[in-house]
Amino acid sequence: MSGSRLFVVCLGILAAATVSCIARPIRPPATAAPPEDGQWVMPAKNFASTRYSGLDEINTKNVEKLEVAFTFSTGIDRGQEASPLVVGATLYVLTPYPDILYALDLTKPGAPVKWKYEPRPEAAAQGVACCDVVNRGPVYGDGRIYYNTLDDHTVAIDANTGAEIWNVKLGDINIGETMTMAPLFAKGKVFVGNSGGEMGVRGWLQALDAATGKTVWKAWATGPDKDVLIGPDFHPFYKMDQGKDLGVTSWPPDAWQHGGGNSWGWTSFDPDLNLIYYGTGNPGPWNADMRPGDNKWTAGIFARDADTGAARWFYQWSPHDLYDHDGINEQILLDIDWQGKPRKVLVRPERNGYVYVMDRITGEVLSAKPFAAVNTSLGVDLKTGRLRMNPQKAPQVGKVVRDICPAAPGAKDWNPSAFSPRTGYLYIPHSNLCEDLATAEVNYIAGTPYVGAQVTMKAGPGDGHRGEYTAWDIAAGKAAWTINERFPVWSGTLVTAGDVAFYGTMDGWFKAVDARTGKVLWRFKTGSGIIGQPTTYRGPDGHQYVAILAGVGGWSGAIVAADLDARDRTAALGFVGAMRDLPAATTKGGMLYVFRLP
Amino acid sequence: MSSACRERTNGIARGGRCRRPGVSFGAAFAIIGLALLLAACQRESRPFETPPPADASNDEIAMSPNHPGPGGPQAASSARWEKYEQSAYEVAEGKRLFTWFNCNGCHSKGGGGMGPPLMDDKWIYGSSIENIAASVREGRPNGMPTFRGLIPEDQIWQIAAYVRSLGGFVRKDMAPSRDDSLSARPAENRLPAPRPQQAPASPLSGQGKP
Repeated sequence: MSGSRLFVVCLGILAAATVSCIARPIRPPATAAPPEDGQWVMPAKNFASTRYSGLDEINTKNVEKLEVAFTFSTGIDRGQEASPLVVGATLYVLTPYPDILYALDLTKPGAPVKWKYEPRPEAAAQGVACCDVVNRGPVYGDGRIYYNTLDDHTVAIDANTGAEIWNVKLGDINIGETMTMAPLFAKGKVFVGNSGGEMGVRGWLQALDAATGKTVWKAWATGPDKDVLIGPDFHPFYKMDQGKDLGVTSWPPDAWQHGGGNSWGWTSFDPDLNLIYYGTGNPGPWNADMRPGDNKWTAGIFARDADTGAARWFYQWSPHDLYDHDGINEQILLDIDWQGKPRKVLVRPERNGYVYVMDRITGEVLSAKPFAAVNTSLGVDLKTGRLRMNPQKAPQVGKVVRDICPAAPGAKDWNPSAFSPRTGYLYIPHSNLCEDLATAEVNYIAGTPYVGAQVTMKAGPGDGHRGEYTAWDIAAGKAAWTINERFPVWSGTLVTAGDVAFYGTMDGWFKAVDARTGKVLWRFKTGSGIIGQPTTYRGPDGHQYVAILAGVGGWSGAIVAADLDARDRTAALGFVGAMRDLPAATTKGGMLYVFRLP
Repeated sequence: MSSACRERTNGIARGGRCRRPGVSFGAAFAIIGLALLLAACQRESRPFETPPPADASNDEIAMSPNHPGPGGPQAASSARWEKYEQSAYEVAEGKRLFTWFNCNGCHSKGGGGMGPPLMDDKWIYGSSIENIAASVREGRPNGMPTFRGLIPEDQIWQIAAYVRSLGGFVRKDMAPSRDDSLSARPAENRLPAPRPQQAPASPLSGQGKP
């Protein structure tokens, strides 16, 4: 639809005053979202992170007929957060610890195993992984599969043979450091970050040479500017992020050395601007009284030059974070007409409860609107960029502050959303959780948790539902529709040109919904709760398939995956308080399900 | 416990070891009064010296009930449970240290998280105080770190005694009864005693039996 035609249509709609008009449809930049090739080579589908597939064989009219094509047991029954990949005629499945990579041959009936690769990570790494022993997926590039292991190795595996090409150790479990994120492959580099924000681990992101594994650059999330790769090119939009060595001066003496800011989430890449975008995790410890100051550069987002790592801008979602509101979520790169002007933006459904629309060239916040129940803050001041905190919900040592919303996992945790250019909606799988919080002094002991907080979570406002699946109308800045779920929606999601969106629930339903209306069109009960990321692809037979890993766990499902005791509502950093009915709803598992039309 | 106890109770009780009173005393009034005094004494006894680091290898406690060949598994207790679990002071110190050394970061208030729960009836590496002290001191292969050299031996046993209270193994008048912060699970002294098949290598004191 051309711009002028749409404009006329909009005028008509404006008369009804129901829909806000934009002159052009919202789209990802073409260079970051190439035309559909039927593959799924990275968890985010493309550099723009849309998780949108151009395949439409499966659509709203026939999705109800979906049936199982084949299954595959991963042999591991911890939380399965990874996204299956499909490259050519091979499907790749990565398990949680011990991080085994399987290649399945899609040309043969039942998709038998071609090969498997076992990195044999240190068993002791399991004891320093904050939130189950998960892995968020592998990535493909230049004939190799890259992924991280729980004990801080990044490996490159020959995608055809399963042979190890390189294996580099980047961290140390002895200080509580692990690696759980899915790398990004772009421009011959592999971008990886560390986990450990609950262990006082100082965060970093580094670029590895995809051919050798050698570190090209490494950017710390705290400390002096030279460590953070902040130089003359650094131009943050807001005053609060400007100044020299803020990664030191916004902390008590030396606290930045154990200050967290880990990059365990998602990275996007804009080839036109040659910038990567990624977030930093929560500051440590959770007890914020022990770290007065803004705690740069935690709980924020960096834009960096992909080749040199030089920081271009930074924006802090949650200065001096009070609630473990990591800033590591996915950012979807889109081109949009904003108040009549074309803008290059990124859209972020953030843990603190707001959907941010930001200019991705400058780091300016164009809009920040809540998509879930929020009482920790009162909105974002668009002049200063600062989150306006609610003093009534501020934690205080020695006091129990009740009914804090959103809870520590935020309105939305790691599990990524999807964007359809056909609807203009962002499909957000998220939580509806509040918490009670008591903070306390905590000692830093390397390799042990550095938290200093007792938390018990509970359902947010409503009928006790703890999860939601929201279609967010980006142009209108509000939800188009929302589906309530009993448990937090901890799975990723995808949306297709067939106008079907897929996601899974923690009680084991894999669902297909109408992308325009939210009507549930099909659902299938898997053997265990779903916290994985769906994938869709065109098989060697030319037909469309949809794949998902089932297997409950992660932070939210630790009560089942790790057999936690429901009588202690503070267990699993407080998540057990909200999940005491999960063991009755699902059991452990680890199974790949792949669906197709009959 | 006994030496301190003897000092404090000389002239009141029968001297010697500090024990729960028998039934052979005269007036009920005296019995009750004495019982209270003695129970309080025993419960609150505190050593004035920290004992020298023990040789852990003397605590020969099996972790498995299977024992090939003649004879059962080695299950002799070091009798240390008596010193550490028969004292509210030692258990309370264990509770304080459980937070001080960040045990609670992984095991929460006993429900678990990064580490396994300590208040259920599954004891992967044994439930005796010796097994638990060994887990703290030496670590375990699937993630439990070794605290050897970081936590003094005496404090390891205090922590182990407290962990036993989470498992319901410690007598109810010895186990802690309240939290100073967020109350999110039944107090330790209200946790149920373990099921019979989970009986520990050292005697179960939860029922008041020696």
